[in-house]
Amino acid sequence: MIEPSGYGSWGRVFNPRQRVARMRDRTERLPLPDDGGTILPYGAGRSYGDSCLNDGGTVLRTRDLDRFIAFDPATATLRCEAGVLLAEIAAFALPRGLFLPVTPGTRFVTVGGAIANDVHGKNHHRAGTFGHHVPRFELLRSDGSRLECSAGANAELFRATIGGLGLTGLVTWAEIRLMRVAGPWVRQVERRFGSLAEFFALSEPLEQQHEYVVAWLDCLPRDNGATRGVLFAGDHDASPAPVRERTARAVPLTPPFSLVNNLTLRAFNELYFRTHGREGDAKAVPWDTFFYPLDGLRGWNRMYGPRGFFQYQCVVPEGDRGRAALEALLAGIAASGQGSFLGVLKRFGAHPGAGMLSFPRPGYTLALDFPNRGEATAQLLDALDLIVLEAGGRVYAAKDARMSARAFRAFYPEWQAFARFVDPRFSSSFWRRVTAGAAEASA
Amino acid sequence: MNVAIVGATSAIAEAAARLWAARGDSLYLAGRRETLLAAIADDLRLRGAAKVVTEVFDVSQHEAHHAMLSRAEDTLGEIDCLLVAHGTLPDQAACLANPDLAVREIEVNAVATAALVLRAATRFEARRAGTIAVITSVAGVRGRASNFVYGSAKSLVSTLLEGLRHRMHGRGVAVVDIRPGFVDTPMTAAFPKGPLWAAPGRVARDIVRAVDRGAGVAYTPWFWRWIMLVVRHIPEPLFVRTKL
Repeated sequence: MIEPSGYGSWGRVFNPRQRVARMRDRTERLPLPDDGGTILPYGAGRSYGDSCLNDGGTVLRTRDLDRFIAFDPATATLRCEAGVLLAEIAAFALPRGLFLPVTPGTRFVTVGGAIANDVHGKNHHRAGTFGHHVPRFELLRSDGSRLECSAGANAELFRATIGGLGLTGLVTWAEIRLMRVAGPWVRQVERRFGSLAEFFALSEPLEQQHEYVVAWLDCLPRDNGATRGVLFAGDHDASPAPVRERTARAVPLTPPFSLVNNLTLRAFNELYFRTHGREGDAKAVPWDTFFYPLDGLRGWNRMYGPRGFFQYQCVVPEGDRGRAALEALLAGIAASGQGSFLGVLKRFGAHPGAGMLSFPRPGYTLALDFPNRGEATAQLLDALDLIVLEAGGRVYAAKDARMSARAFRAFYPEWQAFARFVDPRFSSSFWRRVTAGAAEASA
Repeated sequence: MNVAIVGATSAIAEAAARLWAARGDSLYLAGRRETLLAAIADDLRLRGAAKVVTEVFDVSQHEAHHAMLSRAEDTLGEIDCLLVAHGTLPDQAACLANPDLAVREIEVNAVATAALVLRAATRFEARRAGTIAVITSVAGVRGRASNFVYGSAKSLVSTLLEGLRHRMHGRGVAVVDIRPGFVDTPMTAAFPKGPLWAAPGRVARDIVRAVDRGAGVAYTPWFWRWIMLVVRHIPEPLFVRTKL
């Protein structure tokens, strides 16, 4: 059946028409569409753009494959089905003194999605990406074959599937090596900075001392032209008290216009800056507050109104070239007046990504939201792409809804090697977009 | 607590089993799909169930009901709660075109359920303890043009449970009739979804609560009680002109 609503993506820019296929038993055959069309695994729908969409084709709902399979306490390795949410793993792990080895900024993503996007977190400088903690998984291909993939078996498919955007087949189950932690609290320190130069000086020493480091940026233009922000660093901590689950608030409906505009942003950022980063002692915060501040507001993506929003995340290399690119990106954003609710800046460590198309590489990664203002936003983001390209960086596919095919191929020169592993019956709106006209391009 | 579930591979039953597993209960899972039963059992063990036993079981084989209930008691001990969750959602148009199909659907959804519930009732009554909980449907409350084959099967079960509850009064056995509204499961995959649709997890929470309380009739989510109150009281001459 066609479901025009539901099974969308987080930025709410697209309105795809897709058939929905279901699967509850991981030993079943793939429910491929009879018409010869393509299929794409769809997890929690937290990709921002069109990498989780298959407009005109079929999406395969994976959330019904949400079972734990086995747990080995000696190695802290959990085997589970690919539709399990990271939230469910965290709930399983914390009472056992364990936690996710890598977690993105929301826990409402599936294991399959975390693999397909090779997600990263605030501990990238120590732990690398999610894929580094996945020793093996099973891949179900459209020809009916079931392949156990690891660094030692089907190694190329293993590397293609990690960060492979769901295009290489269906991951039915995966193993994840959990991490021992002191407790469900995080001891957090905050440091304000008044310019990027200060950020560069503060960031590395904090990384050497702390497991988690990330910075919040105020991207609105300021009189002195500098970018201010707050660095957050944290480490797992033994509990001073049991953690109470936060009750999530929800955005109950989509407002008729974006609640995120220059006026609200300026007020929010000013308040945020004034209430954070005062020098002082470290304080213990609950794990969910530290890792997932936005999970406390269900459906926060609706605040951007009916036109939705874009998220832009790029990485630029370390060194003068990357730093200059970062200055240029922030200057361009400030000048455009299309600022962002929340800018996030982090230094990636030296770990290369675990997959062929993994996004992270050594350097600085910047992530921002932009309300969808049509052509003006499109032009701004295209301009940002040029700066990133010039600096030798790349843009994150999981967040992307608009990069050109040419930009994608320049960001990910590995794409042709990867394309050999794409299952012929699997496709996505994103993949068709960024490979359009590829035959001529490669000829 | 020891819980036996028939139709244990249904999405609603699995969601309820997870809640019981998290409380450390023991579970006996009877269902038709062997690989799915095994996957569910592994999951429930990791979620905290004290013990999980599975049996590949076809509820339409009535003569096998007693043996299944005996095996459940042999492996877990006395069953505190039997949850009957099996069922199919027939295609009404196909049933009207082919009455044999309608009869088969009524056999699965009503006759097999009645046979199982009556056998369990005899056992529970003998030891004056236990809860029989059955998932019926709001569709059983009033016959409607769009869905009356399914609805009539469910109403047979609801009437049976009502009478059984009457008989068991003072005999230590609780009889719970769980009436879900629209639930977003593989059984209803072909329906367009709206605001009245509930997730299996929501329905499961209501089931566990109804079993704990020994409630007689439990609508889930709660608002269906009021919707069905209205539907039941629309005068017939008016009702036949509606599209429901």
